[in-house]
Amino acid sequence: MIRPQDLLCPRPEGLYCPPGDFYIDPVRPVARAVITHGHADHARAGHGAVLATAATLDIMAERYGSDFASARQAGAYGEAVARDGVEVTLVPAGHVLGSAQAVVRWKGLTLVVSGDYKRRRDPTCAAFEPVPCDVFITEATFGLPVFRHPDDRAEIARLLRSVAQFPERCHLVGAYALGKAQRIIRLLREAGWDKTIHVHGALERLNGLYERHGIDLGPLAPATSATKQDFAGQIVIAPPSATQDRWSRRFPDPVIAFASGWMQVRARARQRGVELPLVISDHADWDELTATVSELKPGELWITHGREEALARWCELQGVPARALALVGYEDEDDG
Amino acid sequence: MRAFAELLDRLSLTGSRNAKLVLVRDYLRQAPDPDRGWALAALTGDLAFDAAKPGFIRRAVEARMDPQLFRWSYDYVGDLAETVALVWPGQPGANREPELSEVVDALRGATRAEVQELIEGWLDALAPTGRWALLKLLTGGLRVGLSARLAKQAAADVGPAPVAEVEELWHALHAPYEDLFAWLEGRGERPSADNPGRFRPAMLAQAIDAAVDFDKLDPADHAAEWKWDGIRVQLVNEGGVRRLYTRTGDDISRTFPDIVEALSDEGVIDGELLVIRDGKVASFGDLQQRLNRKAVDARLLAAFPAAIRAYDLLAEGARDTRALSFAERRARLVAFVARQASPRIDLSPLQPFDSWAALAALRADPPAGDPRVAEGLMLKRWDSIYQAGRPKGPWFKWKRDPMLIDAVLMYAQRGHGKRSSFYSDYTFGVWTRDEGGLRILTPVGKAYFGFTDEELKGIDKFVRENTVGRFGPVRSVRAEPHAGLVFEVAFEGLQRSSRHKSGVAMRFPRIHRIRWDKPPGEADDLTGLERMLERLPEL
Repeated sequence: MIRPQDLLCPRPEGLYCPPGDFYIDPVRPVARAVITHGHADHARAGHGAVLATAATLDIMAERYGSDFASARQAGAYGEAVARDGVEVTLVPAGHVLGSAQAVVRWKGLTLVVSGDYKRRRDPTCAAFEPVPCDVFITEATFGLPVFRHPDDRAEIARLLRSVAQFPERCHLVGAYALGKAQRIIRLLREAGWDKTIHVHGALERLNGLYERHGIDLGPLAPATSATKQDFAGQIVIAPPSATQDRWSRRFPDPVIAFASGWMQVRARARQRGVELPLVISDHADWDELTATVSELKPGELWITHGREEALARWCELQGVPARALALVGYEDEDDG
Repeated sequence: MRAFAELLDRLSLTGSRNAKLVLVRDYLRQAPDPDRGWALAALTGDLAFDAAKPGFIRRAVEARMDPQLFRWSYDYVGDLAETVALVWPGQPGANREPELSEVVDALRGATRAEVQELIEGWLDALAPTGRWALLKLLTGGLRVGLSARLAKQAAADVGPAPVAEVEELWHALHAPYEDLFAWLEGRGERPSADNPGRFRPAMLAQAIDAAVDFDKLDPADHAAEWKWDGIRVQLVNEGGVRRLYTRTGDDISRTFPDIVEALSDEGVIDGELLVIRDGKVASFGDLQQRLNRKAVDARLLAAFPAAIRAYDLLAEGARDTRALSFAERRARLVAFVARQASPRIDLSPLQPFDSWAALAALRADPPAGDPRVAEGLMLKRWDSIYQAGRPKGPWFKWKRDPMLIDAVLMYAQRGHGKRSSFYSDYTFGVWTRDEGGLRILTPVGKAYFGFTDEELKGIDKFVRENTVGRFGPVRSVRAEPHAGLVFEVAFEGLQRSSRHKSGVAMRFPRIHRIRWDKPPGEADDLTGLERMLERLPEL
C-alpha cells in the first residue's frame, strides 16, 4: 500500500518527491525544482532544472537574470509532464500571473500542492481550478476566522472616494511589487480611473512584464517630478517598504494606503502608520480556505505555512484529517 | 449605518486635525437627516448607549462559532468589538442593513431582553465595518480620537458658520439637530439660543510679540492680571440651571458639584478652575486628580478642594453683560464675587503697573504668593467688549519665559501622518550617576515639536546615521560625552514624579534650540533639575 508521504514529504529544503526526485518551491538550491509562482520566497535562484509556467519562468528571469537556473522547462496549464513515472501537471492557482498548483500523480494517487492561491476573480491572472485529490496541500496565510476579505471593487471605490475627498493630497498605495501592484492598477482602470498612475522604480520591470503578457495597465509614469504639487490628486503605487521611507517625502502630505489582507486588523494598520487600509489580498481568506476544503473533500489536508492551528482545528471539527507540515522559509508578511 | 461606519473607520486611523474635519464635514453634508444628527451626537459624546456588555457579546458570538477558534481570533486581534465584527458569521440577505437612526429609535423603545435580540439581528445584517461601528456605539464611547469641539467645528463647516455660533447654540439643541442643519444649509432660521444655562463661547487672548507690540500699546489703556495655571471654565447659574463648562463648552458639572453649588446669585462667571488649599493655589497635578472623574466622593472633594478664580462676568441676573467694557464688567464682577461670599469663588486680582518696564520687572520676578506659580500675565484693554474667539488686539497673554535645560537625545521614534518618514519624536536625558558612581544619562522627557521642517531633516539624518539599536519604531541613538546631539529643551514647569525614573516630570517640554555645537558631556545634570525644583515655591 502506497502512502501519500511516500510521494511527498517535508525536508529542510522544502517539499520533496522521492520517486520523482524533485522539490516543490525549495528554499535552498536543489537539482530539480517545480516552482508554483514567482514570489521570492517560493521562487529562488540557483536550482539545476526548473519546471514552472512560462510566465513564472519569465518573472524569475526578470528578477534574477536569465541564468537563474541551469535548465528551464515551461509547463502549460493542464499539460502533464512525466518524471520517472511521476506525473506533474500545473493548474491555475489564481494567486498572481503564472501561478500554478502542482498536481502530482503516481500509481493512482493524486496530491495537489496549491502553492499560494485565492478563489476570487483577479483580472491579472487565470482563476483557480479545483482538482479532486487524495491529499490537498494548502497554505494558511490567512487561516483565522478574522480574515474575511471584502469585495476588492469596494476597496478600490473607497480609495477613489478618498482621492476625491482630499484633492490637495497624494494617495500613496503600498502594494507588493509582483501581482498586487498590477492587480490594483487593473482594478483602478476597471473602476474608471484613466489618469496616469505614478509608480515607484521597483515596479517598472514587473509592470512591463505584465504588459508583455497581455495585461493592459494603461498610462503609467515614474514617480519623479519637479514639484510636489504635481502629485496632488494623484495615485502613486510603491512597494510597502517605500511608503515610510525617505523616498516618500517627495509627495505632498500623502495619504498612506496599503493593499494587503493584513490590513483587516486595525492594529496592523496603525503599527505601520497606514491611514487608508485597503483589504485586498492575493491569498485565500478564511472562507475561501474552508470552502475549498469542503469542495474538494480531500482524504487528507496538509498545511504548509501560515496559521495552521486554526485551520487544523476547523478540519478536526469537520472530520477532515489534517496535519501541519510546518515548512519554514515562507514569509507571511508583506505579500499578503 | 454604512457611511457612518466608514467615517468612524477612517477617523480611527487619521491623525491630522484638518483631515478629520474634512471627513466629518463631508459626512455631515452627504448623510440624510436624521442619521447625520445622531452621528454628530455620537461624535460629541451626547449620544451614548450602554446596551451591550462585553459578556453578552462574547456569549452571542460563541453560540455561533467554535469557542476555541474565537479565542485564537481574539488573541490575535486584541479588541473585542473588532474581533466580533470580523468573525461574526454574517447572514447575507437575512435582513436589510439598519440605518443609524433606526438603531437609535429601536434601542430607545426596547426592553433589555428585546435589545439583545435586536443587536444579534443587526450583526447578522451588517458588513464587518458596520458591525464594528455598531458595537463601538453600543458599548459606549467611540474613541476615534475626535474631540467634541472638533465635531462642532466640522458641523459649523457644513455652512460654513463660525464655530462660536454653533457652540453658543449647542446646549439649546437636541439630537438629531435637524434645526441646526437647516440653518447651516440656509433652509431655516437660526435656532434660538436663549435657553437658560447655556455655554457662551469664550474670548481668547493672542500671544504678545514683546519685540513689536509694546511700542504700539499704551499702558494706560490696559489692565494686567496674572495668568493662572489651571483650566479655563465658565460657571453658570441661570433660570435655575447650574452648569460648569470647559472653555470649549464641555459640561463638567458632574465632576465639580462643589463648584456648581458655590454660585448663589444668578449670573455667568468666566474664570480659572484651580485647586486652592488654605488660600494658596496648588499644583496642576492636584487639579488633575479632580479632572476626568465621572464620580466624586467626599474624600476627593476634601483632599483636592477646587475653586474658581474669577476674571470676568458674562451675565449678571438676567442681563447679558458681554457688550459692556472690560472696566465696567470688572467693577460688576468685584461686587458680584463679594456677594457670593463663597470660599469656592475668589477674584483674580489686577496687578497695578505704570509702565511696560515696570510690568516686565514684575513678570520676571513675581511678588510672593500665588503669582510665583502663575504662567505669566494677561493684558486686557479697559474698553474691550467680550467677543467670542480670538480677536486681534483687545487681549494679550504674556507668558513667563520658559525654563531651559540642555539635554541629550537618547531615543527617536517615527512620527505619524506627514512625519511618518521622519524620526520626529524624541526622548532626551540628562546626566546622573549610577550605583557604581558612573556618569550615565537618565531620560527626563519627550518632545516632538519646537523645530522647523529644515531642522527636522537634520535631526532625522543624525538619527539614521547614529543609530545604535532598534526596538520596533524606536531607535536608540549614540549618546556619549563626546558623541551625540544636545537639545536645549524649554518647558513650563517641573514636578516631582514617582512614575518617571528620574523622579521629575516636565510640563509642555519642546525643543527650543538644537545645539549641534555642544558636546553631550556638557549637557545638564539631574542635580541641576532638582535645584530648579527647589527654587520653585513650595506647593
